[in-house]
Amino acid sequence: MAFRSAVITFPGSNCDRDMAVALEQASGTAPIRVWHGDASLPDRLDFIALPGGFSYGDYLRSGAMAARSPIMKAVVEAASRGVPVLGVCNGFQILTESGLLPGALMRNAGQNFICRTVGLKVENNQTLFTSGYSAGQVIHIPVAHHDGNYFADDATLDRLEAEGRIAFRYTEPCNGSRRDIAGVLNKAGNVLGMMPHPERAVEAAQGSEDGRALFESAVRAVVAA
Amino acid sequence: MKVQIHVSLKSGVLDPQGRAIHHALEGLGFSGVNDVRAGRLIELDVDDSVTDDQLDEMCRKLLANMVIENYRIEKVGEKEQA
Repeated sequence: MAFRSAVITFPGSNCDRDMAVALEQASGTAPIRVWHGDASLPDRLDFIALPGGFSYGDYLRSGAMAARSPIMKAVVEAASRGVPVLGVCNGFQILTESGLLPGALMRNAGQNFICRTVGLKVENNQTLFTSGYSAGQVIHIPVAHHDGNYFADDATLDRLEAEGRIAFRYTEPCNGSRRDIAGVLNKAGNVLGMMPHPERAVEAAQGSEDGRALFESAVRAVVAA
Repeated sequence: MKVQIHVSLKSGVLDPQGRAIHHALEGLGFSGVNDVRAGRLIELDVDDSVTDDQLDEMCRKLLANMVIENYRIEKVGEKEQA
């Protein structure tokens, strides 16, 4: 059965092609490209990806405008039905702004745009996105963001940790994120938001192939379901 | 009616931008500045029929991110006077 995925493109998205390439590489099927102004998603989707970029020029707050665009109503509805949703970088910001994930992504603590490959520790490998990694494994994935400083209050952070909802942590402080959090899951485990770009680490020529297992994990989870 | 929406970071939230501004002020030789918090001012021109509840909802749904920000609504005058 073909893996039916969609990549949503917002005005200002710039990682949508990379995301599509990574999904096609892992699944053998090219994702459907969906425009932000569409009111509905293609039916029977197995996976939805919100790519990185600077949707709406980061006006108001990163991800704020995109989170209120027509297609996001359909994404929230699909997520509530259990469809896997991956948001990377700006996609993560859109997921927190839309309320699908807790917390917020603030300006990096050092004020600088950070663009380099970072170490990530896989905190939870019992998820549909991370089953291809081992628990505690350190992988190397690039980050490229200005607003990646994850914030949530202590009670929320404690709850996320207790529920295994921290997917990835930076191996060393990166952008000021509380408790070095790089990726978080929703309660049901079908929505993952992360600042690092796994789609930029799927071929040797990109310097790392560590992102590949994430997409392969998702494809395996869908095929097994 | 002109309305100003003042959006500011909640008190427990670190403000990297405010800290950088604070640092720059000190670098310019200004002493006695204890803390700097940076916020955002959004000015709306709305019909008189827009209610306080609607303004409040605009803030909560879009203009402020309630996870990290507070907002204050200030009506600054009628359209004709502006």
